[in-house]
Amino acid sequence: MKTLRQNHARQVRDGIFFLVMGGLSSSFIALIILLLIADFTFTSIAEFRTALSKPEIQAAFRLTMASCTVAAIMSVWVAVPLGYILSRYRFFGHRLIDTIVDIPIVLPPLVLGLSLLILFHQPFPFSNWIGKGFVLDEFLRETLHFPVSYSWPAVILAQFTVSCAFAVRTMRVTFDQIDSRAEDVARTLGCSRAGAFLRIALPQATRGMITAGTIAWARALGEFGPILVFAGSTRFRTEVLSTTVFLELSVGQLDAAVAVSLLMVAMAVIVLVLLRAIGAGLNG
Amino acid sequence: MIEVQNLTVRQGSFTLPKVSFRVERGQYAVLMGKSGTGKTTILEAICGLRKISGGNIQIDDVDVTNWSPADRNAGYMPQDLALFPTLNVRENLEFALDIRWTSRKKRDERVAFLANMLGLEHLLKRRVQGLSGGEAQRVALGRALSFEPSALLLDEPLSALDAITRSTSQKLLKDINHQTGVTVLHVTHSQDEADALADVCIRLPEITPPKS
Repeated sequence: MKTLRQNHARQVRDGIFFLVMGGLSSSFIALIILLLIADFTFTSIAEFRTALSKPEIQAAFRLTMASCTVAAIMSVWVAVPLGYILSRYRFFGHRLIDTIVDIPIVLPPLVLGLSLLILFHQPFPFSNWIGKGFVLDEFLRETLHFPVSYSWPAVILAQFTVSCAFAVRTMRVTFDQIDSRAEDVARTLGCSRAGAFLRIALPQATRGMITAGTIAWARALGEFGPILVFAGSTRFRTEVLSTTVFLELSVGQLDAAVAVSLLMVAMAVIVLVLLRAIGAGLNG
Repeated sequence: MIEVQNLTVRQGSFTLPKVSFRVERGQYAVLMGKSGTGKTTILEAICGLRKISGGNIQIDDVDVTNWSPADRNAGYMPQDLALFPTLNVRENLEFALDIRWTSRKKRDERVAFLANMLGLEHLLKRRVQGLSGGEAQRVALGRALSFEPSALLLDEPLSALDAITRSTSQKLLKDINHQTGVTVLHVTHSQDEADALADVCIRLPEITPPKS
């Protein structure tokens, strides 16, 4: 009879496996933690307070909170129908639309801002055939008295353009994971397509919507390039925290820049934890 | 009454050849065929979930070929049941009535009737995730019957059940057919089921005209 023997070499190999996997993983985690520690040790509570008591930074904080929230809500509002259509229907141009949605994700942020600027300030093609040409920004400013570029709506629009793309991706995956059979059955029971969507698909997508909102909010918070180009960085008007960091840094105020950075870290963490908790509550 | 004439469905490389059959009102028909012969496709076409490329479909002598699934008044029970996961058992059962703005009183009566017939009284408040195979199957059956459909379309309703539950369920299906007089089209590949239940047996791909 064969005697069973333990293979020690395999145990060693398993040990090496965990060492390599763990080592590679922890290097990234360590990098993030070290970054945060560096920020914390650079500043002091007193400096933090001084920076945050500045009225221009408080204004930037308020605008950031408001614009991110509006951009996130708008993103989810658009992402739910778009994600649903992309997930459920196959039609001519499906792949094209799927690709277009990704453009804001892959485009360099500055290019995106520049594109927004051109869209709003260049006369529409062929519109100069009737009078002096149609310029979107002039129309909004003069006819509707709702200035967009270099004003707060530009901040939201710039944030929305990028965050919405991420929200659409999230909602698409969410609906892909929800079995469409239940919606089919609902339709045989007397539901219209809208009814099946609202009564069956949407209630199953709440967690996905929260995730999409969180991602959109976080993206909006980090948005910088397009805002700088399209909305400018006028203090008290279009300055958000990400532009504050840049402005403070550019005038050599490193303390203030770091204090604002830490504030943004705290905001991001609070929002992430809060939304996760809401998501968990809904699930349980 | 369900009548299908020259039904053809094209779906990628799969083409369902012309299918014709007729099930009289109140009959229990069993549609048989091997896997991949398009049994499910036929059921989906009848309830309006699958686009057809030719032929026509009648339910209760009305041509419903181009109608929306919602108007066809056909109760459909898919193989995977597809219960509504965000609703409890009662809400699943009264879903179709809720859409039709049925009064609270009538809804309660109907749910009580279905729950009694299907033995679901003690489960009404339960979430559908926790149900056993047999229970989930009875909920799906009740949901399909709730709005008193003209036709009941069952896609392999007994395949996921163990032997004992299966024989009780067979009896239940036959009883429902007798009690409510609903026309039933039952898809299966089991000869035993066909022997036990069928008034009419329809075979795929060689379709025989219904003999009753």
